[in-house]
This record gives sequence, C-alpha cells and structure tokens, in this order.
Amino acid sequence: MTGNEAIAEAAIQAGCRHFFGYPITPQSELPEYMSKRLPEVGGVFLQAESEVAAINMLFGAAGAELPCVIVNIMRGGPGLGGIQPSQSDYFQATKGGGHGDYHLLVFAPHTIQEAVSLTMDAFDLADKYRNPVMVLGDGNMGQMMEPVVFKKNSGLKLPEKRWALTGAKGRPVNLIKSLYLDPQALEKHNLEINRKIQEMIANEVRVETYSVEDAEIVIVAYGTVARIAKTAIRVLRERGFKVGMIRPITVFPFPYSTFEEISGDLRKFLVVEMSLGQMVEDVKLGVCGKAPVEFYGRTGGVVPTYDEIVTETERLFKGVP
Amino acid sequence: MQVEQVKVFTRPKTLRPVVTHYCPGCGHGIVARLIAEIIDEFGIAEKTVGVAPVGCSVLLYNYLDIDMFEAAHGRAPAVATGCKRVHPELAVFTYQGDGDFASIGTAEAVHAAARGELITTIFINNAIYGMTGGQMAPTTLLGQKTSTSPQGRNSKVAGFPIRMAELLATLEGAKYIARTAVHDPKNVIQTKKSIRRAFETQLKGLGYSMVEILSQCPIGWHMTPPESTKWVQEKMMQYYPLGEFKISKEV
Repeated sequence: MTGNEAIAEAAIQAGCRHFFGYPITPQSELPEYMSKRLPEVGGVFLQAESEVAAINMLFGAAGAELPCVIVNIMRGGPGLGGIQPSQSDYFQATKGGGHGDYHLLVFAPHTIQEAVSLTMDAFDLADKYRNPVMVLGDGNMGQMMEPVVFKKNSGLKLPEKRWALTGAKGRPVNLIKSLYLDPQALEKHNLEINRKIQEMIANEVRVETYSVEDAEIVIVAYGTVARIAKTAIRVLRERGFKVGMIRPITVFPFPYSTFEEISGDLRKFLVVEMSLGQMVEDVKLGVCGKAPVEFYGRTGGVVPTYDEIVTETERLFKGVP
Repeated sequence: MQVEQVKVFTRPKTLRPVVTHYCPGCGHGIVARLIAEIIDEFGIAEKTVGVAPVGCSVLLYNYLDIDMFEAAHGRAPAVATGCKRVHPELAVFTYQGDGDFASIGTAEAVHAAARGELITTIFINNAIYGMTGGQMAPTTLLGQKTSTSPQGRNSKVAGFPIRMAELLATLEGAKYIARTAVHDPKNVIQTKKSIRRAFETQLKGLGYSMVEILSQCPIGWHMTPPESTKWVQEKMMQYYPLGEFKISKEV
C-alpha cells in the first residue's frame, strides 16, 4: 500500500468513522481511499469545499481542544511551492504554527509500517489528551509503497467525552468556545492547555537510537531522511567510520534528554533535513553546546541521496570545513 | 368576583433570564427570542445545537440555554456540517451576521447550501460590521456611509451589495430560503413564521434552509432607533425585497 492508503486504513482500524478532507497532492490517495472504505464500515466521508472548511467540519464533529488526528504530508513551499517531498513544515507542526499558545503531539514515521502503528496510536492519544495529534509525513512517505500488517487496536481505556455537543438531554448544556474576553480567564484556559502539554512532554517522547554506542558522529534525522541516513550509515560503517543516528519519532515532544545523555563523548552531530534547517534548532537545544552541531539540508522538494549524506559525513570526519 | 388569571406572554424557557450585550434598538435580541420560541414550540431544546461565529452573533450562547459552538469567522456552516453529519438526529443551526455569512464565509455558505446540508442558517443582515465598529459590509447599500466608506459606498470602488437569499435560492440543495425583517411587529411575526419553516425544512430532512433577516443597527448607522426602523423600511427593503424565494410543498 502507499503511505497515504496505509494511514487511511490504519485510521479506520483505529476506529475513525468520520473523514472531512480535500484532495491535494501529495496526499490525494488518502481521501480517495476514505471515500471508498468509510461507507463500507458505516462511516461518513465528505469532500469539503476547501481545507479550511474541512478542518472546521472536524471541529463541528468533535468540538474544540479537538481529539482529532491530522495528517500532514509535506510538500515543498513556501506558498504553492511544488508537489515534491519536503520537511519544511517542521516549525509549523511542532512550534504551534497557529494563533495562540499551544502544541500538537506530532509523530514522524519513517516507514509505512511505522505510519500505520503511529496513526493508530495517534487516535488513542488524541482522545487521552483531548488534543489534536499530527502524523507528519512527506510526499515520499505518502506516495511510497510497502507491505504492511495491521495489528489490533490497543484497547486502551479512553476517557468519556462528557464535553461533547450532543444535545443537552438530561445534563446541563455544553458550550465549546475559544473566546475569553477576560484576560484572567484566557490565561487560566491557556494554563490548563499547558498542563496537558507538560503531561505529553513527560510521558509521550519516542525516539530511536541507531548504532550510537560507539559512534563518533551522530546523524540526526526524521521521516524519509532517516531511512536514507540508515543506508548512508551502513556504507560509512563498511568504510570504517563510526557513525550512528538519533531519530526522533515524536518531533513534539522532542527527545531533548537523549541528546543531553550522549553529547559529552561525541565529536559531532550532523542534522540532515529536507529543509534549510528547522529541527536543527531543537537539536542545538538538546545538545546545549556540549558538542558541535553541523547541518546538511536540501529543500524545495529535493530529496538528499545517501551518497550526499556519506560525502558530508566523511567531510566532517576529515575535519574539512 | 373571581378573576381567572391566564398567562399570555412569558419568557421562552430556552431564553436565559440575562441582560443581552446588544445595543439599544438592535434587532439581534428580537431574533434570539424568536429562535428560543421556535425551539420551545418544537420541543427540541435537548436535541438542538447552535453555532455562533465571530461578530455580534458570537455571544448568542449566553442567551440560549442549549448546547452551542463558537466558530471561527465565516466557518459556521462547516462546523454545523460536521456536527450534523456525525449526529443526524440533532437540529443544527448557525447564527451569522453579514460580515460572516456574506463576506469571509461565502464559500462555506454556498457549499453547505449546494450540498443540501440538513442545517438551518439564521442570517442577520444589518448592512454593516456591527461589533468591530461600523465598517462597510458586503451588504452595505450604495451610498451608505460607514467608517471604511466615509464618502458613501461607491460601486466603482467597492462593487455592489450581495443579495444572499437570491444567490442561495439558485442552488438545488437549498429548500427553504426567505428574507424577512424585524423592524415592526408585523414583520417580527413573519420572521417567526419563516424561522419555523426553516427548522421544519431541516427536521423533515428536505434540505438546506436559510432565513435572511434585515435588522436595524442604530449605533453602527449613527441613527436613533426610530430612524433606523424607518431606514430598514425605506432603504434596505428597496434593495433587499422581502419574501420566500424557495419553499417546499411539505412545509
């Protein structure tokens, strides 16, 4: 299945029965798949008139502080940009790219199988925190095909949705709002959202470390770039270079402590992204000056080859500026 | 002699006993009451969800004792669509002003109607942006002075006012479309009849329904309340004719 189709099927198997979307490359296979599959499971597929309308339909379906899953299959920007893969929405996804003081929980899969399991987890965590969860892929992850296995849903006990707007029968009325004209009240609302975010930071960080034990240079990458980096690391190891990788699986919350732990003994970090340097800022926060952090990026829809990563890493070993 | 006391007028149960934020002479409060009366008369308070977006409309949830959403500016029909598609048993309505429904939210308005969403829109047309302080709306009449059309709206610069009822009536999915006013008792009664028909259109599953209500905004128009009711009658109704533009046999 393509990543887009696999994410759609994973969503359905995680219990998703309502989908509001809009076709746009490189994620159009997702609404296409949903339009075929959701009616089969008694769900609702609706093609909205715009992305803006789609997210507001989701709002109407679920209510504010949405327990919803948003899939962002990134393409090159800014503006209309192009339709080739990119990781240039990292800031937007992880730093609270909208108006206000908030974060989403953001998963960054690097294989289609991982996209399936993270999408299913995303539905559970969205309900657990009553917060949107994002699956952050790129054009490559969306279009690429790999065999996948769908495992059973976690069976995690989820909180009751007492806040939902279902008609006020036998209970006081519910109100879903984000307008707080009194700054004291709005601050309190923000603090409550922040309490949930702090809980996510404490409990939900996921990270993969790959051959870091003896590594002298550690590559940092997520998503498509991470799988390319794995090939580069194999080649570099064959040539005798001690290279490993830290791969954030959650890019928010970011695995800062993993960097704190291993920074001391290292020569260097090399952050590789399909952008001109976004995640690198989080890496620097984690490393906190204890080791040099270098950066290599391609942008505008250009996907780096493993060769480029090999060359860049060898250059760092040789100390060539 | 014994006098039998009969209560002939009372506050609708769904209308909360609170003071509204609306300015003196404003039409919003009248419409809020009419919606509450219709909800009570249909006995649907426990299965009604309202959606109020940005503008003078937004605080409707302070006045109606039902489940309510606040929506981003212009997005109420999309929010209502999501709610209704997930909970088809509910009665879902949006309560939108002209800056919302006829400007920033025209895409959502047109497409909800085109899809024949089983929702009802109560659309307050007062020819001005009220809450933000009297700027030009898409419904502002030609020649009308506002804070962003200080010389009066000029069609060469700002185009022409939009007639939403006529526009939406062309769509197949729209099954009840009417324009009414609330500047005098006769028209208030007609407005209530139209709101009833709009809800009936939804509850019978016929399609999308919308009532455009011409409403006076004395503060935004810099008029006294009596002057503003006269302006609705003489100016607004000339450009925005009242009537039912679309109605189903079943209603």
